[in-house]
Amino acid sequence: MIRSLGRIGRGGEAGLGRWFVIALPYFWLALFFLVPFLIVLKIAFSNVQLSMPPVEPVVTWATDKVLQVRLHFANFAFVLGDSLYLAAFLNSIQIAAISTLLALLLGYPMAYGIARASGTWRNILFLFVVLPFFTSFLLRVYAWLGLLGRNGPVNGLLLKLHLISEPLQLLQTPFAVYLGMVYSYLPFMVLPLYSAIEKLDLTLLEAAADLGCRPTRAFFAITLPLTREGIFAGCLLVFIPAVGEYVIPALLGGPDTLMIGRVVWDEFFGNRDWPVASALAIILLAVLSGFVLLLQKVQSREGAGP
Amino acid sequence: MIGRRSWLVFSALVFGFAFLYVPIVSMVIYSFNASRLVTVWDSVNSPTVAWYVELFSNHEVLDAARLSFQIASVNATGAVILGTLAAFALERYTRFRGRALFQLLTTAPMVLPEVITGLSLLLLFVALEQWVGWPSGRGATTITIAHMTFSMAYVIVVVQSRLATVDRSLEEAAMDLGARPRKVFFVITLPLIAPAIASGWILAFILSWDDIVITSFVSGPGSTTLPQLIFSKVRLGVSPDINALATILVLIVTIGVSVLGYYMIRRDRRLLREAQAVMEATP
Repeated sequence: MIRSLGRIGRGGEAGLGRWFVIALPYFWLALFFLVPFLIVLKIAFSNVQLSMPPVEPVVTWATDKVLQVRLHFANFAFVLGDSLYLAAFLNSIQIAAISTLLALLLGYPMAYGIARASGTWRNILFLFVVLPFFTSFLLRVYAWLGLLGRNGPVNGLLLKLHLISEPLQLLQTPFAVYLGMVYSYLPFMVLPLYSAIEKLDLTLLEAAADLGCRPTRAFFAITLPLTREGIFAGCLLVFIPAVGEYVIPALLGGPDTLMIGRVVWDEFFGNRDWPVASALAIILLAVLSGFVLLLQKVQSREGAGP
Repeated sequence: MIGRRSWLVFSALVFGFAFLYVPIVSMVIYSFNASRLVTVWDSVNSPTVAWYVELFSNHEVLDAARLSFQIASVNATGAVILGTLAAFALERYTRFRGRALFQLLTTAPMVLPEVITGLSLLLLFVALEQWVGWPSGRGATTITIAHMTFSMAYVIVVVQSRLATVDRSLEEAAMDLGARPRKVFFVITLPLIAPAIASGWILAFILSWDDIVITSFVSGPGSTTLPQLIFSKVRLGVSPDINALATILVLIVTIGVSVLGYYMIRRDRRLLREAQAVMEATP
């Protein structure tokens, strides 16, 4: 009897504790993550006005008994109708996709080599992949500014080798943006690939070899399909942030590498056009969500197959 | 055939690591260059520590570094508290109302482009100021709140994966012996997940210390973080004191990660030895 009473008392405390454990982070994320989105959505339907904040209120009291909601679709029509924004979107997707592919082509053999290395070496190589992640992203991008400059070491080396007769324009080119993207996001590609390859059952490859399968064929028939999840995860981790990337195109890119992250930034800070920046953010979010859903669908269909 | 493939893997490793490290090493080397033209090596007066001296006498840099350190520490502590609670909720309370939305909210900040997160948080702060008068203006507080919101997502991943491996029977045993849930958490669960909480703290600190895009949206006049200062300097071109700053930061991180790595490798070896000893002892 006393025992069960104690249980009830404890149950009450546990219930309160449970409520607190869930409610505190939930409240935080709702206030600082969910509500902001609703505000972005609201402002995307607003209009520019000279005030602070520089937007027209969407909901106003027309008279004291009439609540007026005015939604401007003009921002979306403007953004979707202007070829500059469309070009920026397509450019971002293209740059992100090619960078992801390049990172995969370089990252896969790297991850393979690390996963197949012996104990201590594997730990050391693994740490060396993680290390750049802990070093400032901004400074790592900045390092390329020095390397690729007109008088920089890359041009210096090429001149010395007589491969070129005068310094190349390397900065402010698509090349520099691709380089910066692959460089910055390579660790994000290698880490999921590494954990997928490490989990691979080696006896399958031995069995294939015993049955006379050539290593190349075994790689495409066994290793690659079995590490598919790592490939999906790596590509997602590189592609999604790359589409919205701001720092790399701002520092290394030129006028012909206009990316959507930079356009949102410029609309917001440069033109102070909050509604158009919000509309662009909403469209970008929709595009990215579409990509994630598509990838999930492809993955689950392949996973369900034989 | 096998030879050719291992050659391919080996060259990818060499090329990949060279690609990752040549830029970092070049910053370190050029930080000792005497020439103000960063990329031209002055072989007469180099190496020099002039840029380091200049860096440490630059109040702007020191103030920005102090502010960044302060924001990153507060952010990491807050993110660890909120993130651990959220990880606990997700891992232990499998059924509660709105769990699906909660799960979405805890993972979305990781994949969302920073431009969108920054924009939406700024619009929130502006709206809040209009409605309730808080926060009045933007600065260290709004930056810290913004950083906590996105870095707690990473803490949740780290802590949740550790919580999943915790042996529940230890907690149940303590409960059966009459410990209250709160005591069980602090005496049993917390020590078991402490390594994950420590990694989460470091991760959150670095994410905040490094952030430029979200910070630029939610900062105000008079609150310039170190990345913001670096970014405004870098946009004007390369400058030698940035190389010196980069070298110091790289050095700190390298020492930290090396110590961590050494400790991890040693712990692995010790665990292996202990496991072997146990196996030999059992008949």
